[in-house]
Amino acid sequence: MKAACLVALAGNPNTGKSTIFNALTGLKQHTGNWPGKTVELKAGSFRHQGCTCQIVDLPGTYSLTAASPEEEAARDFLQLAQPDVVVVVADATCLQRSLHLALQVLHLTSQAVLCLNLMDEARRQRLGLDVSRLEEELGVPVIPTAAARGEGLDALKDAIVQVAQGQLKPAPKLLPPDTEPTASALYRRAEQIAERVAGAPARPGTGFTAGLDRLVLSPRWGIPLMLALLAGVLWLTIVGAGYPSQLLTEAFWHGERLLSALLAALGAPPWLHDPLVLGLYRGLTWVVAVMLPPMAIFFPLFTLLEDFGFLPRIAFNLDRLFQRSGAHGKQALTMAMGFGCNAAGVVAARIIDAPRERLVAILTNNLVPCNGRFPILIIMGTIAASAAAPGLSGSLASVLVVLAALVLSVLATLAASRLLTGTLLKGEPSYFILELPPYRWPKVGTVLVRSFLDRTLAVLWRAVIVAAPCGLLTWILANVSVSQTPLLAHLARWLDPLGRALGLDGMILLAFILGLPANEIVIPILLMGYLSANALLEVQDLSALKAILTANGWSWLTALNFMVFALFHWPCATTLLTIKREAGARWVLPAALLPTAVGVLLCFLLAIIVKL
Amino acid sequence: MTLADLTRGQWGLVQGLSAQGTLRQRLLDLGLVPGTPVQALFAAKGGSPTAYYVRGSVFALRGDTASQVLVEPKEEAL
Repeated sequence: MKAACLVALAGNPNTGKSTIFNALTGLKQHTGNWPGKTVELKAGSFRHQGCTCQIVDLPGTYSLTAASPEEEAARDFLQLAQPDVVVVVADATCLQRSLHLALQVLHLTSQAVLCLNLMDEARRQRLGLDVSRLEEELGVPVIPTAAARGEGLDALKDAIVQVAQGQLKPAPKLLPPDTEPTASALYRRAEQIAERVAGAPARPGTGFTAGLDRLVLSPRWGIPLMLALLAGVLWLTIVGAGYPSQLLTEAFWHGERLLSALLAALGAPPWLHDPLVLGLYRGLTWVVAVMLPPMAIFFPLFTLLEDFGFLPRIAFNLDRLFQRSGAHGKQALTMAMGFGCNAAGVVAARIIDAPRERLVAILTNNLVPCNGRFPILIIMGTIAASAAAPGLSGSLASVLVVLAALVLSVLATLAASRLLTGTLLKGEPSYFILELPPYRWPKVGTVLVRSFLDRTLAVLWRAVIVAAPCGLLTWILANVSVSQTPLLAHLARWLDPLGRALGLDGMILLAFILGLPANEIVIPILLMGYLSANALLEVQDLSALKAILTANGWSWLTALNFMVFALFHWPCATTLLTIKREAGARWVLPAALLPTAVGVLLCFLLAIIVKL
Repeated sequence: MTLADLTRGQWGLVQGLSAQGTLRQRLLDLGLVPGTPVQALFAAKGGSPTAYYVRGSVFALRGDTASQVLVEPKEEAL
């Protein structure tokens, strides 16, 4: 009897394969490289009946013909790693398509179990599936599950262990020996089996998904609806983040006084107290207070929309524009990922097979603002909006300004893609096929936990480990003086002419340069720079911030151009490193120059127009 | 006639593919093999992309791809 076994999880996209994977492994997950291709596969483990099963989640594919990197990875794993058991996750509501993949897997190995998932959905559609008949037709164990409700998981584990131990010996029924397993032959067989085990599937164009799609995919209402939804998400983020942000700021301020008192009691000299408290502590707590609340709201909302099935619809609605720009349809999806984190967006460009279009997606990804830049947009948007239109209610005005910034960033992405595909990266666009899966109600609890663990904490942690040393470095630059002037001021003065020409100033440019490690720290650096010249102030809220900025000669144009430059400048260090890894060293410079050129040009034009 | 010529809501039977290479393989893998019933469901402005019902799922194809799938149009639902 084996004490350990290797299990592979295969299946079409959108069959709930990752729900099965999460349910089987819990939080015991990691990613790793496996034989064959360089695609990273998720792995985890579970113990059942004295057997430790290591389980690998293969990429969701429609086939194993190796027409895409995912298929190649899945096929290579099945052939090279020789798993003890392959679990094929099938969609009970879309049996033909699932069986097509299952039959291909059975041609590679007989050590298989079919997991017939989404049974709850099938029951709702009254499909009346005959599980034992399906088992008979395929010759392998079939386990009905509804993973989202936890149904059938123990039976699935039983079957996995029994097949691995050899207690159950599947005897798959393949196509007749003289038949080539072509797509036509496999689909014909899948169709035949599906007819024997299930009632007629639901008519297309009926039901909840089709009804909602009539609105969401409508040529007239699709894009306005998406914008309204985005505005709603932004409004919730801005309004919802305000109060917790304020609470955190106050708490950290009390913490600062305690820390100061503690250091004083320990007899710490000012040269130790000041960099630690005014540099490191303030830099760190600013980032946490400003970033944590909006992220804790934005990421879960984004994940809910993602799990609901909204992202492919966004890609569908925007595709007409991407076609005109000569870009790949999936670029809309990598762009959407960029709103979370540009480094993640660059990695996500792997879903684009064609090298040329993948490069376009990578080079233009930084034109959309990541979560590190959202707070800048929100803060500056609020300040600019209250200055330009004092009558409007604060949060509404900032929502409109941020929304305008986002629309501008999408337009810049399209324009830059058009430019690249027309000049540097000429060629014919490759094909694009997009599945529009049925809408599914997300599991809110799981989404909250996973988006907090995977996204919020990960991004915050990165910001924190960067913010602490940067806060320290900036404090030193702001407080070490050469000929009575702080180093920071020297640098800022040297950059000032360029800054002024762009409607900004030297300190702002310097803050963006020093903020290279992470965009989150641009505003704290800027404040430290401004405040090093004056008496140190407490920045308790936005009005205090506004007062500091006005005292340093800011007009609404400065706030506007600050936003434009925050949208369009070089990518952060993490993104640059990611671009180097994903596209090669020679594309790092173009990737940095492209958004910077857009920002410089726009700021310069705005400055000229306003000064006229 | 090709998939791209189907009007919204219209059904057709796949007759074959004029696509070659990996696109051909991809379309076959999605189930667009001869004899498969398909229906045009939703279209963007200008008709590209259009979403089609194929074997229990919905896939959006751009016009240049859809025009490489040969279909026989049907008046009634399949």
